[in-house]
Formats: sequence, structure tokens, C-alpha cells
Amino acid sequence: MTALRFVLRGAPDQRLDLSPLTPDGLAGLGLAAIAALPLQTGRHRVTVGDVFHVHPGDVAHIVIEGGSDRFDHVGEAMTSGVLEVEGDAGQQAGRLMAGGMLTIRGSSGGWAASGLRGGRVEILGDAGGFLGGPLSGERTGMRGGIVLVHGKAGARAADRLRRGLVIIEGDAGEHAGSGMVAGTLVVCGAAGALPGILMRRGTIVLGHPAELAPSFVVSGGAPLVFSGLLARAVAPVSEAAAGCVRQATARYAGDTAVSGKGEIFVAG
Amino acid sequence: MPDIAPLVRNGVSIDDTFAEAFDMRGTALILTAPTLRWARIAAVSMTGFATSIIGCGVEAGIDTELAPEATPDGRPGVRVLLFAGSTEELQKQVVNRVGQCVLTSPGSACYAGIGGTERLKLGDGLRYFADGWQISKRLPDRHIWRMPVMDGEFVCEGTTGLTTGAVGGGNLILMARSSEAALFAAEAAAEAIAAVPDAIAPFPGGIVRSGSKVGSKYKGMFASTNHLYCPTLRGAVPESELGPEIASVLELVIDGLTPDAVANAMRAGLGAIAAVGPERGACRVGAGNYGGKLGRHHYHLHALAPGGGR
Repeated sequence: MTALRFVLRGAPDQRLDLSPLTPDGLAGLGLAAIAALPLQTGRHRVTVGDVFHVHPGDVAHIVIEGGSDRFDHVGEAMTSGVLEVEGDAGQQAGRLMAGGMLTIRGSSGGWAASGLRGGRVEILGDAGGFLGGPLSGERTGMRGGIVLVHGKAGARAADRLRRGLVIIEGDAGEHAGSGMVAGTLVVCGAAGALPGILMRRGTIVLGHPAELAPSFVVSGGAPLVFSGLLARAVAPVSEAAAGCVRQATARYAGDTAVSGKGEIFVAG
Repeated sequence: MPDIAPLVRNGVSIDDTFAEAFDMRGTALILTAPTLRWARIAAVSMTGFATSIIGCGVEAGIDTELAPEATPDGRPGVRVLLFAGSTEELQKQVVNRVGQCVLTSPGSACYAGIGGTERLKLGDGLRYFADGWQISKRLPDRHIWRMPVMDGEFVCEGTTGLTTGAVGGGNLILMARSSEAALFAAEAAAEAIAAVPDAIAPFPGGIVRSGSKVGSKYKGMFASTNHLYCPTLRGAVPESELGPEIASVLELVIDGLTPDAVANAMRAGLGAIAAVGPERGACRVGAGNYGGKLGRHHYHLHALAPGGGR
């Protein structure tokens, strides 16, 4: 069965909340009911039918043809199925997802995969700031799942990561992995200043040397057994990330400004 | 001697009898190390003094050696199997043996060697050795503990699988005209059994020379020598199972993660004994049972004989 397709009529004139367009949200709805779903975030009512041509298909596989940086909350709270965006997405794409697979073939705005609990988010372009991170007032960021960014990521990627795997194949902004509680972050490109600042536990792998906070201390070479396990675990998601893990030679422990049980591996 | 005419394969007489085996709890671990030599050392150490649950608490042995591409961390490894009569005893033995023999072995790591929903603690029970420096890491396919040790890090999976469908006590009793012939045939059988997956022969070299019976004339002894199969008691014991031509008897005891694994191992052992033949090896093969009243797994030798039974 072909995918359920939403073809963009034209650039939206306001920010839109696309959180209803998930396999869970559309299950059991007919085309008319889907077209009538409200998407507006402002005063002017906007429905799915106003923004998209809707082409029937398998609700477990949704394709949004034509993206926009005004498409917020894409794939929010998904638990299963596949959602593809053939273009850009706005803020908080994949927020609170618990399962399924979200693919954004363009770039995403800030807080993509925020609070992710499971499933997989893949961004073929760049990601904005706070990738996987918590919103204001939330104690932890991602709690599970996998995030793969093929391009660059903004500042504070994997902020307060609690569990799960974040891979940035390009560069990362400053303070990547800030306040990490656990989990794994791999930055294959160059990382901005002070990666891992205030991290309590967890693992950061850097493909290139970066400016570390003075509260990180040298603690020998990368442990070979764990590196091997991590490389094998990461390889099915990103061979580039697995390569970074295999090439890691130095290990730094920190952030000793807090508990100091985290670690940063740096490829030689 | 059995009343029914035996089956003969390559000159080796196979008694019309059966091995009686019992339900056990079983688990498997994968031990890795920088070299196969050190993986073997860890495995031999942790499966030492594990011949019989009567005195050792657990029956354990090496199932197979693993190439680097078959282990979780890409290093050479060894898969070991452990069997006990209760989950509690198996749990205690696994943590004690991994803690004393694998954690201590240079460069070692330890992983689950069997899946399943029922689990035994592995690293979950050993992590406190790291005195607060242990690191929990949940990878997509497993949860591991990393414990700082003097040569680096001991990596240990959190839990391993437990099967309640394991079987212990499959056996073959081989009888020969000399002790040399008995040992030659037993070694051939032990080698064949070692190649069978999911099964071990936990006694020294896979072979038992002191087969036992249940009970004793002495109070407090749970097991004593199987006098019916002792050649030196042949004249003194009227009901001896041994004919005048038998000079030496050896036994192979087999534990397996499944009933089929035990059957496959017994079939392989029988085949090896028959292939050696009576001139250099055993002239007769039997099996130990308790009349079928104690264990629910009955392995009939004729059904497992090479070329099929009758």
C-alpha cells in the first residue's frame, strides 16, 4: 500500500502545529476528517485541507511533500509508523516521540527530538539548537531512542541527555552535551567550545580535538573493549560515527565541577 | 546383564536400556579476552570444580570457542554453560564464579550467552566491586556495566538468560576389555560430545571413572560407588552388570540447555564409540537409570544408535 501523502499547496503564512499528522493521530480517520483537522497556532483557523492536498494511502506511512521552517511539532509524540518530511521542519520536530521513525530530508529548527523516549529521528540537513534537549522547566532531555543528524547541529546538542544515542555527522555548536546525565553523543565533525560542560555521566565521542573545560581531566586512553562495543552498536546507525569511536585514543573524565563520572573520547 | 539381545554396531554391543535425566536450570556466558588463550584460561578457571551439583553446587563446562566475529566485542571468546538444580543456586554460583575467576582474569569481559525473558544477575550483581566508580551503559542491544580495574576496565553485561528447560544427567556407560581401551573410546566420545552445541560433559576431560548410585550403606552419604559396574567387585557382587570380558568401565555424563541437545550429544558419543570399535575401544555400551521413576527424560540407546535403532 502506498503512503498517505500530504502535498504542500504553498508556503504557509503562519506557524503551523503539525502534531496531528502522525500515524497515531490519523488512525481511523477518513480523508474528509483528516482534511478538516485544525493546524493553526494563531487566531486564523487553518485546516489540513487548506495547507495540503491529501492523497489517500497507508496511515502507518505518512509523507509530507514540501517542507517549511514554519512546520512545528512534526511527528510529536509518535509511537509507531513512519513519517517523512520532504523538506524542512520547524521547532520541536519529533518531540516526545516514543517509537516509529521520523525522517526530515531538509533541516530542522530548534529542540528537534526534544524529550525523545524511543524510536528514531533522522535529519538529513542541519539541526537547530538544543537537539534532543529539554524545554524550559524540564529536568532532563532525551530519555531514549536514536537521533542522527547528517549535517550540523546548533548549540547545546544533547543537552541534559538522560539515555539514548545522538549522532551528529557534521559540526556541533558550543556546549554540546551540556549537563548530560547519561547516554551517548557522537560528534564526527568539529565541536564548539566546552563540550560536555557540567555533564554528570555519559559518553561523548569527538571526531576532532576541541576546547574542553579545565574541569575535565586526562584519564588515559580510550578503553578498547568498551570502544569496540560502542562502535559495533553505532555502526548500523552511522558508519561515520563508528569510525570516530574506533579512532578515539584519548579519554577525559569530567565534568569534575559536578560528579565527574562522565567521559569524553577524542579521536586522534 | 540385560535379557534382551543387544543391538550391535561395528562390533560394539549397545544395551537395550536408557539414560534417565533430570530437569535443571541452565545458563550460558560468553567470556572474551585479548587472546583466545586468556579467554580459555578464564573459562577453565570459572568452570573448575564444577563436575557435579552433589558436591560443587553447579555443573559447568566449555561449550565452544568463538571467533572474534562471533563475540559481542570482536575479541576471541569462549562460551561456557552452567547448570544447577535451582535458580537460586545457579544465581549464586554464576556471580561467585564470574566474580572470582573472570573479573580477576587479565583483559576479560563477560556477556550473556543465552537470551530469554527469565534473567540471572551478572554485572548487576558484581557492579558494587567498583565501589561507586561503576558505569552503567545501555547500548541498543545490551546493557553493560563498566568497572574500573587495575588493567583497565572489566566490561560485564547486566544479566544473562536462564532456561528452566535444561536437562542434566544424560549418560553413556562404556565397557571395555582393558582400561586403555576404555579410555581410548571415552576420549573419542568426549571429543564428539564437545562438538555438539548447547551441551557439555562436565567431568574431567568429559569422562567419569567413579560412576555413582543413589544412597549408601553409610548414613549421610547421598551417593556412593556404582558397585554394579566395578570390575573388581564382579565376583563379590552377584548382581554385577559386568560380564567376564569387561575389565574397565567409564561413563560420560551430559548436560544440555535443551532435551534435544542432550540427545544430540548422546548420539554423537554413541557414534564415536561405535566408530572406534571393540578391538581398540569399548565392546559394550549401557546407560544409567533409576527405573524411570526419578527423571522425566529417558534417552533410549537403541533410538540414538548409529544408523538408527530397531
